[in-house]
Amino acid sequence: MNSKNILEIEDLNVEFSTPKGPLKALRNFNLTMSRGAIVGVVGESGCGKSTLINAIIGLLAPNASVTRGRMIFEGADLLRQSKQDLQKIRGQRISMVSQDPMTALNPILSIGDQMVDIQYRSDVSKSKKRDRSIEMLRMVGIPDPSMRFNDYPHQFSGGMRQRIAIAMALQVEPTLLIADEPTTALDATLEVQIIQRLKELQQNIGCSILFISHHLGVIAELCNYVVVMYGGEIVETGSVRDVFHRASHPYTQKLLECDPARIKEVTNTLPTIPGEVPDLVRLPTGCIFADRCQHTVQQCRDSEPELRYITPEHSARCPYSSHLVNR
Amino acid sequence: MSLLQLRDVRVRFRTLSSARAVLEGVADPFVDAVNRVSLEIRQGETFGLIGESGSGKTTLARSIIGLLQPQEGSVRYDGDELIGLSPRAWKKVRRNIGVMFQDPVGSLSPRMSVFSLLSEPFRIHNQVNLDLRSEVSRMLEMVGLSDDFAHRYPHQLSGGQARRVGVARALALKPKLIVADEPTAGLDVSVQGEILNLLNKLQKEFGLTILIITHNLNIVRHVTDRMGIMYFGRMVEQGPTKAIFENPAHPYTLALLSANPEPNPDARIDRIELQGEVPSLLNRPTGCEFHPRCPFSQEDCSTLAPSRQKFSADHDYSCHFPRNIPNL
Repeated sequence: MNSKNILEIEDLNVEFSTPKGPLKALRNFNLTMSRGAIVGVVGESGCGKSTLINAIIGLLAPNASVTRGRMIFEGADLLRQSKQDLQKIRGQRISMVSQDPMTALNPILSIGDQMVDIQYRSDVSKSKKRDRSIEMLRMVGIPDPSMRFNDYPHQFSGGMRQRIAIAMALQVEPTLLIADEPTTALDATLEVQIIQRLKELQQNIGCSILFISHHLGVIAELCNYVVVMYGGEIVETGSVRDVFHRASHPYTQKLLECDPARIKEVTNTLPTIPGEVPDLVRLPTGCIFADRCQHTVQQCRDSEPELRYITPEHSARCPYSSHLVNR
Repeated sequence: MSLLQLRDVRVRFRTLSSARAVLEGVADPFVDAVNRVSLEIRQGETFGLIGESGSGKTTLARSIIGLLQPQEGSVRYDGDELIGLSPRAWKKVRRNIGVMFQDPVGSLSPRMSVFSLLSEPFRIHNQVNLDLRSEVSRMLEMVGLSDDFAHRYPHQLSGGQARRVGVARALALKPKLIVADEPTAGLDVSVQGEILNLLNKLQKEFGLTILIITHNLNIVRHVTDRMGIMYFGRMVEQGPTKAIFENPAHPYTLALLSANPEPNPDARIDRIELQGEVPSLLNRPTGCEFHPRCPFSQEDCSTLAPSRQKFSADHDYSCHFPRNIPNL
């Protein structure tokens, strides 16, 4: 283990047992995050983003199992930790902002109580914890934080609830922050503010951020490194510049094409990716994207493509990737 | 011709009971969620309503469809006043207004099959002499789903499929106006395109008028004819989408447009930084409600509320010191 790396995921495989058979939600997943990196994971719903997060924090559903792989976080394999040890890591060294601001907060406790509660590991006095929480609320842009400290989640708008959830996750000064689509509910000015705040915080306390999103604009703005996922596997990884400027996998290219923000000419017929996501119980042989890809040839259906390196930092799971660049 | 016309609509929510307001010496125990908004949607156009969460977009939509009673103002649909209608009269009006609520899956009852969900509007409006089975399969075909979806339940649908069912439900009674509250929130970019293309196709086919509420600027740019920007319960600017994107007059619009994150890591964006925090509804700023955050605010802004000004014939804004106005 390289001590510069905060998280090393090797060959991770996760399966869900379903009545129809094992559903292979995550296959041969590799990711190395260096300390202080901001890594973005993009992909459509069902591509395995949430399974990845749940595997990292050990909150997989009861019918899921890790069939293979290692996840080394700060030198220790998360898959081989006792429950108690994992408990110490979660909420202290790894914290998380979840997707849904409506359900992330307890509806029957005031946000102040919740923010003080999560500092239970800290020895400082209760009033100090209170001050810190109020300061944190101010940082994420909640107006009149001390007045609203005793309000309940339903008294806040969706965007404010998400900012409260972000404040709670940052309050513990984690070494790894996992953010699962944290800005989906916010308007553009607040989205940009949250991104700026995440960037600042990341520089101040040097935490790493694993940022899950399907908003390509936010990824481009915040992250240094991107992982593109499709149907449970990585189809392309690389620096933000490589992936956005020299997208090499047909899926990444399609995804970028579909983003209305990239279409300069105003059009009311937006591009889409025809077809359906594959059934992960009955995996197709060959390339996972073959059914929806416009460049498919027979070879794509016969054998599963290897990850090919375009540069040492930039790889794509498509044998034709080098021909497809700059199309 | 305008199909929907709102004049000075004001929706207020009570924050304290009247007894407590007297005890605590609060003169006005209300907050203005929507503050004197006027807007006009023309027959056959797509109107985009944007603004941050909590700016009153959804509240405004709810008062259009009669789920909330505005305290002041007028809402006219096809020339008829809607405020103060009896529930019986509302039922007639609602036949002409289809609604797509936020959250594609959450807006469908988990205990009803797609068939019951799609035939419910006919049952509610007593159109029982129809052949429901063929109506449902007609609607499924219209939104691009196969017939066997009729037997599925909402949990068996993906977000995009659930949204399609929502579109079909909104269009069941052949309404003239569709109110779509965040129709694509939470959907993947490719699916988002599918839903918007579907709405666009159906609009052409049936001559629909659409009100889209969203905070996604990119959608607004591509699919709407005109747009309105709300800030803090007030309409700060409205006009043709193209004109607003080219020449935003209100500083908030300017900030919003410049904040739109671009999917290009090397994009150099000249952002208008907004100062300060979002004010609290309980503590509405005096004068222009945007002045504490406005980079261009001057003395007048904190005392005088700006009135609606004309930029061009159908582009107006509320600001004392607008941007991009020639000869000012």
